[in-house]
Amino acid sequence: MNKARSNPLNSVMMHGALILYTLIALFPVFVILINSFKTRKAIFREPLALPDADSFSTIGYETVMKQGDFLLYFQNSMIVTVASIFFVLLFGAMAAYALSEYRFRGNMLMGLYLALGIMIPIRIGTVAILEMMVATGLVNTLWALILVYTAQGLPLAVFILSEFMRQVSDDLKNAGRIDGLSEYTIFFRLVLPLVRPAMATVAVFNMIPIWNDLWFPLILAPAEETKTLTLGSQVFIGQFVTDWNAVLSALSMAILPVLILYVIFSRQLIRGITSGAVK
Amino acid sequence: MTALSLKNVNKSFGDIHVLKDINIEVEEGEFVVFVGPSGCGKSTLLRVIAGLEDATSGEIHIAGNQVNLTPPSKRGIAMVFQSYALYPHLNVRGNMTLALKQEGQPKAVIAERVQKAANMLDLGPYLDRYPSELSGGQRQRVAIGRAIVREPKLFLFDEPLSNLDAALRMNTRIEIANLHSQLGASMIYVTHDQTEAMTLADKIVVLRDGRVEQIGSPMELYNNPANQFVAGFLGAPSMNFFPAELLGAGGERTMGIRPEDLFIAEDGPLSVQVRHVEHLGGDTNVIARLDGHQITARLFGQHQVAEGENLRLGFKPESTYAFDREGQRLR
Repeated sequence: MNKARSNPLNSVMMHGALILYTLIALFPVFVILINSFKTRKAIFREPLALPDADSFSTIGYETVMKQGDFLLYFQNSMIVTVASIFFVLLFGAMAAYALSEYRFRGNMLMGLYLALGIMIPIRIGTVAILEMMVATGLVNTLWALILVYTAQGLPLAVFILSEFMRQVSDDLKNAGRIDGLSEYTIFFRLVLPLVRPAMATVAVFNMIPIWNDLWFPLILAPAEETKTLTLGSQVFIGQFVTDWNAVLSALSMAILPVLILYVIFSRQLIRGITSGAVK
Repeated sequence: MTALSLKNVNKSFGDIHVLKDINIEVEEGEFVVFVGPSGCGKSTLLRVIAGLEDATSGEIHIAGNQVNLTPPSKRGIAMVFQSYALYPHLNVRGNMTLALKQEGQPKAVIAERVQKAANMLDLGPYLDRYPSELSGGQRQRVAIGRAIVREPKLFLFDEPLSNLDAALRMNTRIEIANLHSQLGASMIYVTHDQTEAMTLADKIVVLRDGRVEQIGSPMELYNNPANQFVAGFLGAPSMNFFPAELLGAGGERTMGIRPEDLFIAEDGPLSVQVRHVEHLGGDTNVIARLDGHQITARLFGQHQVAEGENLRLGFKPESTYAFDREGQRLR
């Protein structure tokens, strides 16, 4: 073992730094969680105090459950996020495979073109997107959001995945070809499992901005039945009065699903299965 | 019947001409080795035969059928890769049966062939293991087993031993030779290792820069090389070359003499200074300078030769080779 790494002082300092960072990162979440269980007065009197018998209240959660259809908002957010990630991964991986596996004229240009989106924020095109959605009648449907988020996620997905797919052994793909597997089977059964860690990375990178986005739901799908969670929570934030109990409760509940999705994807980061395929 | 015949096969990647007018015939049951330095196009040639690359021009016939437009899986071939290329998500049995399932073979046939291949390669206890749980040598045997179960007309081996350690390499080499005699199938084997080529081949094809330099049996190539390249490539240590005038012969010729044909002789014509001695037990390799040229002598048995010592080496006149300035053999 490395000498520097086994030195106890270094180890303590390293862990100290990591713990400090964890505390800083978790602090806002912690504040939101404790305050969501307090009365309005207690939130303002002592924002950092834990809820006690006096200040404990679930009024925020009750308001959230009563006002608006939060279960529907949850469902909408979930559908949009999961469907967008699914399409980003599917189309991104397919495009990446084509770019990395096949020699064709303009391969390089096509790759650059597909990666261009990383540098240009999709929100610049909001007006044009809205016009397009109106023309196709997709305004106030979840499809409008899914399509936009898929487009938003593809450039980075293609860029990352094509790098990883170049590293997949040619011999393995050729063995599949000789054994009579179709190109689709090679892609789905041989290549995709080997780039799973990269796919999980892409999924995590895309998931959180989609889940938290307020811009496109507000513009493309503000109707009651297509509201996402972030948009739904805005009911409680007014120009003059803000129902902090309700906002904090809604946000607390919004953390849960992303957390679950994150755990699912990060488990995929574990390699394991790839070792022993070649060499 | 010929198992494989290549007629004027050419292959270019863009402007780079990789294979130039390749003509090769492989007879039924023959073990043919393609050998050459790295970058000579031998692996590309194998991939063209397998159908993984298209030939730019020329004809490829496998067992009498032209296969230029046939996909790899329908060519009646099986291939063993350098990196094994086992399917990581399938166990050994799954790896061996996948191609047969794709062909739609009945279950009984599949089971029987797997059993037979497993017995032949001692893979019986490992059939339910995954590739990640096998050692390098076992993985290579699974890769060979995957080729055997298909009962192909032609086996293709792409440097199958280069990822194994030296001891295992020798064992597997013998196993492949046994396999060839048991199956009696036609095999094509690509390697850059001239020992593998000499020991396994019925016929060696020496390639350089995408051209066939010479085709023949190992002993033909060893005893009768067509040019300086083939002479230098086959045999270890490789043949010594020096200008003929050092021997007093005229003309701009290059003389070649194999290290094993040199011996210590008091009145020998070559006066050399020893630079380095390798004691191998059975042989002693003496690396020496001859007028600015390096010369290697392989002496049989054990010899006490000191570095820096001056020696006289002799040879039989009939064991020399002469080459012209282009490297072509002069007879």
